[in-house]
Amino acid sequence: MSIQQTKQKLLEQFDEQIITLAHGSGGKAMQKLIDQVILAFLGRPNTGPLEDQAILDLSNYPNHRVTMTTDSYVVTPLQFPGSGIGHLAITGTVNDLSVSGAIPLYLTCGLILEEGLPYKTLIQVLADMAESAQQANVSVVTGDTKVVERGSCDKLFINTSGIGVLKPDIDIRIPNIQVGDQVIINGDLGDHGVAILAARGELSLETTIHSDCQPLNNLVQTLLKHNIPIHAMRDVTRGGLATVLNEFAQGSNTGVLLQEQLLPIKNEVRGVCEVLGLDPLYLANEGKLVTIIAKEYAAQAVEIMSQHTNGQNSCIVGEIVAEHQGRVVMQSDFGGKRVVDMLVGEQLPRIC
Amino acid sequence: MKYVDEFRNGQQAQEIAKKIAQLVEELGIDKKKPLQFMEVCGGHTHSIFRYGLAQFLPDEIEFIHGPGCPVCVLPMGVIDDCIAIAEKPNVIFTTFGDAMRVPGSQKSLLQAKAEGCDIRMVYSPLDALTLAKKNPDKEVVFFGLGFETTMPSTALTVQQAAKEQVNNFSLFCNHITIIPTIKAMLDSPDMRLDGFLGPGHVSMIIGTRPYEFIARDYQRPLVNAGFEPLDILQSVYMLVKQLVDKRCEVENQYKRLVPKEGNRAALQAIADVYELREFFEWRGLGSIDHSGVRIQPKYKQYDAELKFDLPKQKIADPDAAQCGEVVTGVIKPEQCKLFGKSCTPETPIGALMVSTEGACAAHYHYGRVEIPLANLGK
Repeated sequence: MSIQQTKQKLLEQFDEQIITLAHGSGGKAMQKLIDQVILAFLGRPNTGPLEDQAILDLSNYPNHRVTMTTDSYVVTPLQFPGSGIGHLAITGTVNDLSVSGAIPLYLTCGLILEEGLPYKTLIQVLADMAESAQQANVSVVTGDTKVVERGSCDKLFINTSGIGVLKPDIDIRIPNIQVGDQVIINGDLGDHGVAILAARGELSLETTIHSDCQPLNNLVQTLLKHNIPIHAMRDVTRGGLATVLNEFAQGSNTGVLLQEQLLPIKNEVRGVCEVLGLDPLYLANEGKLVTIIAKEYAAQAVEIMSQHTNGQNSCIVGEIVAEHQGRVVMQSDFGGKRVVDMLVGEQLPRIC
Repeated sequence: MKYVDEFRNGQQAQEIAKKIAQLVEELGIDKKKPLQFMEVCGGHTHSIFRYGLAQFLPDEIEFIHGPGCPVCVLPMGVIDDCIAIAEKPNVIFTTFGDAMRVPGSQKSLLQAKAEGCDIRMVYSPLDALTLAKKNPDKEVVFFGLGFETTMPSTALTVQQAAKEQVNNFSLFCNHITIIPTIKAMLDSPDMRLDGFLGPGHVSMIIGTRPYEFIARDYQRPLVNAGFEPLDILQSVYMLVKQLVDKRCEVENQYKRLVPKEGNRAALQAIADVYELREFFEWRGLGSIDHSGVRIQPKYKQYDAELKFDLPKQKIADPDAAQCGEVVTGVIKPEQCKLFGKSCTPETPIGALMVSTEGACAAHYHYGRVEIPLANLGK
């Protein structure tokens, strides 16, 4: 049965039912929840009765190093245009592994559910997780489910940890950044941030912008297969491009010079930012990476990335420079340069 | 993007800059005593730094960043009053996002929220009214601040509350008014300004007539300016041109938005809901006569000042912060002893470091390309 068929079947079966504290008690109700709902979407087939841990066979990857990461997902609302917390919980962790150059393999899934959560919501979230896991070619191999009293969490929180394997010769780290390297991103900035803002409904704002949520492991592996030497790479999430590049500049003692006119930002996203007084450089993304590549390989990298489904609007947006040590500076369209600093707290809308 | 990109054309900026430089040369200004133009509005300050406009102008022209960032000029005592309201049981306190980080004498609204007060950011005062209707068992208070730009929307909200009899809504009114403020600056003995960039958004409400005394009685030119970089450069050109022509007038560069007579409906709402206060305390500037407004007696049941018992403590500005001197143009932001050291956007001490429209915060964020990190205490 496909993920969609399973989802339909379970939605009908559990129609109006809700999660109660019994589902987290370790007893029959919990067992039923795991067997009938969670394992319908996640887990590995044919591994026999469930044990308290997953045993992973990495013998296909001799001499590889193991990479590991963890992330918690607490986004509100749970569903938003183009994506939802279930997709994020998989792609976020997959992407954190991927940008080291690793091949992500196995994930865990910790669910914290609020008493009273409709089954329908949980089924939607699990189906989204299954869909993203399939897309990223990873398995969720172990998990945990807790139910907390009403008011103790906001509907549903997810934690996923993941491990991946990294070939011995891959070395993608901030200290490798060199003056002259090019700064490349894999597409339009800020879509996720705007989609979330609009979905929260506090702004009476209507947009057609969808979240850019997507796994990036395939794109990264494609670059590596073409022997593109990647000096540094990060996924661009909360805090936006500005935050990642500031970390690059500080960690490598170089400067980053961005070219405003090269930044790919949809007009609609720019428009929302103009109205609300936000800066797209700080908006969140969930399917974007920034990579630092030596000048002689940059054009080839952009070409490879552009041909990939996860990088269609890839482009060079700036350069690593010797000046402005520890800082990101942007050459504006208008002329003149300005500092692009780390964000202080949340971006708060201006009043007038 | 239409209606935005046209006003950010770097090529045209260069051309205007060239013309300004020619005019300045005609005037024969001493570089040691540059022309000083004050941009009254924080929105202009933000644009000036964001687009690095000083880089387009000759050394003989200097911007003085005026008092027009309403968040920056909030005195600490007012923030303390806000927190006192928010700490009362059963209150939902609502505010624009900017005000969340302004330091009070003990804490900011953001800190009070973390400690458990129900403080919510809204994007319009009408959202606060909606919240009041949805929560009839709570008192919903809106923190009204800003110049004439934000005054009408708060006034309309009070009118709406009265019309719909939403009696669990009230306004903590800290709106300020621009003309007495400019007059106070002109009357200050240290003042040596050569002209003003008028606040375009305020002018959209009040029109251009109320500024005429500045040209007539104080012999200073004023050009009402838009907020895009080309708007500001063109306005500077218009100011310098007046000096060259030996004219002294109120001109309107922002004609696409600012009518001479202002916005009649907005002005009526303002007149209906507010009355002038005797005086209002400004952070960094002290008390300015008739510079604030309060709610008229006929709407007194919507006045949070009457509904709640407020401490109304006058808290002195921190001694070391030189905000007043920056606002009046006596020193530049980076000349303040605290700038970038103990006073940063993360831990603002002075008010001008709080909002991105404050001169110091704008300077800190955008204007530091040439300042080494070491000098910023990093």
